[in-house]
Amino acid sequence: MSTAPTRPADALRQGDRPAEARPGAAARTVGGVAGWVDDRTGAAKPVGYLMKKVFPDHWSFMLGEIAMYSMIVCLLTGAFLTFWFVPSAGHTIYDGSYVPLRGVSMSEAYASTLNISFDIKGGLIIRQIHHWSALMFIVALVVHMFRVFFTGAFRKPREINWAIGSVLALLAIIEGFAGYSLPDDLLSGTGIRAMQGFVQTAPVIGTYLVYAIFGGPFPGEMIIPRLYSAHILLIPALLVGLFTAHIGLVFLQKHTQYPGPGRTEKNVVGFPVMPVYAAKAGGFFFIVFGILALISAVVQINPIWAYGPYDPSAVTAGAQPDWYMGFADGALRLLPGWLEFEIFGYTVSMNIFPGALLLLPLVYVVLGVYPFLERWVTGDNREHHLLQRPRNSPVRTGIGMAAITAYSVLLFASGNDIMAIKLGMSINDLTWFFRIGFFVLPPLAFWVTKRICLSLQRRDRDTVLHGRETGTIVRTPDGRFFERHDTELTPDQWILVQHEPVAPLELEPAVDENGVARPAARKDRLRARLSRFYFADAVNPVTPEELAAAHYHGEEHEAIEPSETSASGGAAPIESAEAGRH
Amino acid sequence: MNALAARRRHPAAIAILIILGLFLTGAVYAALAPKPADATTRALPAQSVEEGKALFRANCSTCHGLNAEGRATGTGDQIAGPPLAGVGAAAVDFQVGTGRMPLPRPDVQAPANNEIKFTQDEIDSMGAYIASLAPGPGVPSEEAVDPTKGDAARGGELYRVNCAMCHNFAGAGGALTRGKYAPPIEGVSGRHIYEAMVTGPQSMPVFNDANLTPESKRDIIAFLYTIDEAESPGGMPLGSLGPVSEGLFAWVFGLGLLVASAVWIGAKSA
Repeated sequence: MSTAPTRPADALRQGDRPAEARPGAAARTVGGVAGWVDDRTGAAKPVGYLMKKVFPDHWSFMLGEIAMYSMIVCLLTGAFLTFWFVPSAGHTIYDGSYVPLRGVSMSEAYASTLNISFDIKGGLIIRQIHHWSALMFIVALVVHMFRVFFTGAFRKPREINWAIGSVLALLAIIEGFAGYSLPDDLLSGTGIRAMQGFVQTAPVIGTYLVYAIFGGPFPGEMIIPRLYSAHILLIPALLVGLFTAHIGLVFLQKHTQYPGPGRTEKNVVGFPVMPVYAAKAGGFFFIVFGILALISAVVQINPIWAYGPYDPSAVTAGAQPDWYMGFADGALRLLPGWLEFEIFGYTVSMNIFPGALLLLPLVYVVLGVYPFLERWVTGDNREHHLLQRPRNSPVRTGIGMAAITAYSVLLFASGNDIMAIKLGMSINDLTWFFRIGFFVLPPLAFWVTKRICLSLQRRDRDTVLHGRETGTIVRTPDGRFFERHDTELTPDQWILVQHEPVAPLELEPAVDENGVARPAARKDRLRARLSRFYFADAVNPVTPEELAAAHYHGEEHEAIEPSETSASGGAAPIESAEAGRH
Repeated sequence: MNALAARRRHPAAIAILIILGLFLTGAVYAALAPKPADATTRALPAQSVEEGKALFRANCSTCHGLNAEGRATGTGDQIAGPPLAGVGAAAVDFQVGTGRMPLPRPDVQAPANNEIKFTQDEIDSMGAYIASLAPGPGVPSEEAVDPTKGDAARGGELYRVNCAMCHNFAGAGGALTRGKYAPPIEGVSGRHIYEAMVTGPQSMPVFNDANLTPESKRDIIAFLYTIDEAESPGGMPLGSLGPVSEGLFAWVFGLGLLVASAVWIGAKSA
């Protein structure tokens, strides 16, 4: 400024304060390239913020990362496959290098997939990586969801992210199904034909939907190009967009952490992204990619050449969808045929519709809504950044296990024919086992899980109050034996007492002091009932008073050993200590 | 031609056309109808019939009856062994030659058994005896089951339409109702595949020469030999059972490896 030539108008600006240095100015010293970029984009501040962001460390936090990396691997390998895949149902005669299909008439989609597998260098391994990554993406996503659910990470303020995650999970399986259906081999063609049947069972709108989706009464030549657009453009765009929001919210809301000494609702104990997680996560990407490539190199997946081209008259035994659609297929296999009925001359296919069509969105809606339901029941409006140990929320853990059991019953039911031949059992018996199991096993799983959680909590209390068994047997002067318990509270035992005590909501009186009924009373009764369901038999953590009392007894009881206390004075504390232990 | 066209609406035209059509169909059928399987059948020496009858009485008559007339179980409500007149030598060769007969115990179906109880000569004799009771499909000739003479690609198409729904796309087998099953057909000899098609053992339907010509049967055998011999290009085939075994692998080994590596890298101090 001072070197600029003096102009008359400068006098007008004499009182102005000089412009402050741009916030990125400090970063400019970092390096030439970074400074150059920062000058033009102002990226230094947000990037610096992100790089300094602290994340807690735990292997279970990497399950979502596995899903993310598998998705990236899918995107990369998928781009390669689009170079060669021909999304067309146009007819062609195969003339490639796979001899058993030479001269067979097939669609261009199938012929191009054969070419990818046999005539394009690296095509088969890329196709297998793509398919294995897709399977692993959804496996990792589901297990990540289990972690989030059982540790209560979905509680305020993360309900929205849980809902986004549920939508991502649903989109992922739709994306997977679209990809499974593209090669037009016998299995994928059977899948499309089955889907057409499922769509048709939608009450009233079924046939219209079929015409809208398939461009005719049967899966004709339109469905493969349409699925292709959905598979490579529409759904991936939604997936990537929602995924960005998903991970953006993790940065914004900070990552949750497991409880431990020094960890509070207000801090995050861990390491910054740069350099620790940049190195760890970057390295982990290559580990995941490497494992996926290894599996794809040694284990065959979806041998489309063996299935042969799709032909409406042919079908293969063991025709199943990929595992993530298995629960819907299993539900379809379990639904009895007599559920179909006619009304006013219209067939209502309740033997197909609930399992094959309704279940799919229903599962993910129930999933997405759960955090809101739990918040309503618990009335807990505080923010939570510390995770819960699954045992400290026995009813939620029980609900989760019941849901997993119901899902697993359906998933296994979709493999009932494979189980029948491999285990030498009757498929009819298996079907009945799963039918009954669908209703019996989830409540059983709930009850067993809840009892286990309560027992674990009681053991935690016991450990805190009475310490761990030392193995030292002490004989009292009057001839009694007892085992000495080490009652020192080590830092490890912090997690045994850190959680909050819970109690069911108190029911407000149904009528106010003037005897007028409160309009919300009925809703409150339901809420109180649900709250009792959640918390009625809660085992709460040891309070400091309880601990002090236990220690008091403990000290007295320790004092017995060396000194010669009178027999009557010595016996009483032992009994109380033993009573407390049981 | 014009005269014919002018009379096409004559009241008798439709009747004449139907008669003509029926006559032509009959004539074509008579000309092209499958002959008895003589051309594909090995000749059986007559003297072995007596030997076969003796073997049959000693080993099979408990269930099938002394003269292969079939028998009910002791309670009389179930079949111990079906009557065998008309099943042909092919059925004997298949059932005994794959170890399915003699049946070790009553079951939903006879399982294939590697332990064959009779020599091929004995099996042939019993086949001759059963064939002497009533005509039935015979054992196919070497040429009829020679995979090198078949067209594997065409056989694959026929296999997918006629066989894959029970035996699976790769011949790995599949489930049927109430504990019955379509057995795996990997490594089964062409002769036994052919015999199974013409006799329809257990729950299998009969594919006679009108359903599938002998050439088509040979094509299917050629296809099955091709997929037996082909190495799996993508790696371990996981039993060729489709997405179920792939999903199981993903959950057990895929997730196991990935979680193990996550635990490993999570345990690394920063």
